[in-house]
Amino acid sequence: MQRTVVGQRKKRYDGLAHVTGETRFVDDVFIPGTLTVKVLRSQVVKGNIRRLDTSAAASLPGVEGIVTHKDVPNNAFGLVPDQPVLAETIRYRGQPIAAVAAHDERAALKAIDQIKVEVDEEEPVFDPQEAMKPGAPKVRPEGNCYMYGEHPCRKVVFGDVEAGFKEADHIIEGEFRTNPVEHAPMETQVSLAVPEGKGRLTIYTVSQSLLFHHGLLTGILKMDKDDLRIAGLAEKALHDWKDDVHVAFRSGTVGGSFGAKNDIHADHVTALLALKTGQPVKWRWTREEETLYSTHRGGWHIRIRDGVKRDGRIVARQVTSIRDAGAYSALNTYVVDKHCFMVSGPYSIPNVYVEGYCVYTNKTPSSSMRGFGVFPATFACEMQMNKIAAQLKIDPWELRLINAYREGDQTPTRRVLDSVYLIETLQACAEKAGVKLPDRLASMTSEKREGAA
Amino acid sequence: MKKRGVGIAAAQYPTGLAGGGDVSQAYVKVNPDGTADLFIGSVDIGQGSKTVLAQMAAEELGIPYEWVRVHNQGTDTSPICFGTFASRVTYATGNAVVEAAREARSILFEVAAPSLQATPEALDAADGKIFVRDDPGRSIGFRDVANMANIFMKKMIVGQGLFARDHSATDPDTGACDPFCTMAWAAQLVEVEVDTDTGQVEVLRMVSAFDVGGAINPMLVEGQIEGGAVMGMGAALMEDLYPHYPTPEGQPTNLNTYIIPTAVDIPKKMESVIVECPSTAGPYGAKGIGEMTANVPAPAIVSAIHDAVGVWIDEIPVTPERLLRALEKADS
Repeated sequence: MQRTVVGQRKKRYDGLAHVTGETRFVDDVFIPGTLTVKVLRSQVVKGNIRRLDTSAAASLPGVEGIVTHKDVPNNAFGLVPDQPVLAETIRYRGQPIAAVAAHDERAALKAIDQIKVEVDEEEPVFDPQEAMKPGAPKVRPEGNCYMYGEHPCRKVVFGDVEAGFKEADHIIEGEFRTNPVEHAPMETQVSLAVPEGKGRLTIYTVSQSLLFHHGLLTGILKMDKDDLRIAGLAEKALHDWKDDVHVAFRSGTVGGSFGAKNDIHADHVTALLALKTGQPVKWRWTREEETLYSTHRGGWHIRIRDGVKRDGRIVARQVTSIRDAGAYSALNTYVVDKHCFMVSGPYSIPNVYVEGYCVYTNKTPSSSMRGFGVFPATFACEMQMNKIAAQLKIDPWELRLINAYREGDQTPTRRVLDSVYLIETLQACAEKAGVKLPDRLASMTSEKREGAA
Repeated sequence: MKKRGVGIAAAQYPTGLAGGGDVSQAYVKVNPDGTADLFIGSVDIGQGSKTVLAQMAAEELGIPYEWVRVHNQGTDTSPICFGTFASRVTYATGNAVVEAAREARSILFEVAAPSLQATPEALDAADGKIFVRDDPGRSIGFRDVANMANIFMKKMIVGQGLFARDHSATDPDTGACDPFCTMAWAAQLVEVEVDTDTGQVEVLRMVSAFDVGGAINPMLVEGQIEGGAVMGMGAALMEDLYPHYPTPEGQPTNLNTYIIPTAVDIPKKMESVIVECPSTAGPYGAKGIGEMTANVPAPAIVSAIHDAVGVWIDEIPVTPERLLRALEKADS
């Protein structure tokens, strides 16, 4: 049957509305009586709050409500529930300490100015390689490396990497760094929380992960103190909401994300203030807040050691990667997983040994960004491929083609691959670019490996 | 002095959540006037998921694209979706949409079959018509059937669809797990011009080939390829959130100091090839390439810089300062 719609260059469903300004984003939703939120962020990098006094701020005209860590029913959220909504212990500069809802921005900023906070400062650690050393200042009491089972790193062990190195004619090593990058979506973080009576709360959100965030948020707002342990885990809170606050997310169209809206940044604060004041509250982040204090792609440090045969076949790859997670887990443990699963690249390497460390430092938490941990994996892997090609004087197209996965190959995580098509994709790229591949390369296919039966 | 160089890179990218366990659902409702409402829980973050999902619903129902409305109102009224991440929406929510649309269509085929003197199984639909597959001249308007079914036959024309994947635990000792639905492949060639006096790198040309399995909307695929290429270029050459990494000193605070590519930085020549090796279980063979398009440019660009000036720079972004220092070091 001929397809009539799929495969066609149809106009974007929402394109015209976007370019004519008709699309309504969260910040375009106006509800009468909405209060404005501003947040006090820590000027100190690390320490414990000794004194937090909001009384002067609370008595200012126009101020309707202030929340601190004491107002958060369950002050720890995340995939690994380790991040407070409002901090008592400071782990990075800019960490939210208190939030104010006021009649306008001016009143809110004035109140922020009047909150008195004193912190017993401690020595921070910024460099993940320093943070990994014994005796380094602790970012968190459990230690500075996330534990994957018994190991301080995610391991991928496939074949026998030492045997592979013995078999190799060349050992080629590389060390790569990718610096932190901000998503810079056009729309910064925005949240509008509207109490609807009877414990119902509607939140207009920029979330790109509605179900996931719904679970996290109901976990944070859970009133039952006995359940503090569940700390942001979705399943339990979702089933218990009837005794609790019922949150409904309203989601329109998100004004760009690239992974910036995979973590809750604002909905928890607006929810708390809406419940406290009984009024709608909106928090719109400034570009400066978005740049400095939203999640971003964390920094990476990657070391690769490859065993390569004379003809360019890679027979062993050992990788040690360090991910700078910043102060909290956010989605970093998953980012490291994805990195480790993919860092051997689209190549069939029989012996692979990967260790990926998720390391905490006293920085704004990093988290997901377009490409997750595969961005640095691809950078390191492909830089390494081009270096091997240069060192062995093999054409970089050929090096990739001879090592490329074939149909039915197994990944280092033991997944058997289907619909493998790297060879054909490389050939298509070369053809479009006007690169003439020699016949022996142009005739390769993903169907089978040359020389194999 | 200006020097030119060429570099290439290849890539793989997994579609779907590593570890699995994720869910996406969809409902389709066909109205008496033949239009359809598609309900999803997946958020469109600008990548165009509403467009491709509407195309899939229209294709399966056999109606024009313009007859489909897409709704993702929120957690109370929408079906469940884990989220827009892991390059999963076209694949995961797409599968749910196809299933939901087929269920709704099957109700209409039941209603239409007696009028067409055929069994429901013998029917097909396209362009707003329901017809006998082997004898397309025997047809009836989709609108007429939808109206008859909803009003006179007292039927609800609603279909539901589900995508769900089992959770796959990771062995902490070996890393063994099933970390994706399918894999997409890419290759890219980049040509740069390096100004050895200023350290400025201009990307002149990017040729990209991406295996998307099956392109639901080739225009949006090209949009992803080009958008990702520019974002990857930003990470390779310009964007630095921690200029004095690992310390947080001197961080940019705004878009006048955190420099991202704008229209003037976009390479003059960008060519995209869509390659289609169908996935075994994606809708129309689709694979997700939303994220990987940003992953390929950095190594290709940095390798092209090496080709131009003979130095490897193993740290990105390759800012003019970093490049000049590397050239200086190579000279001494």
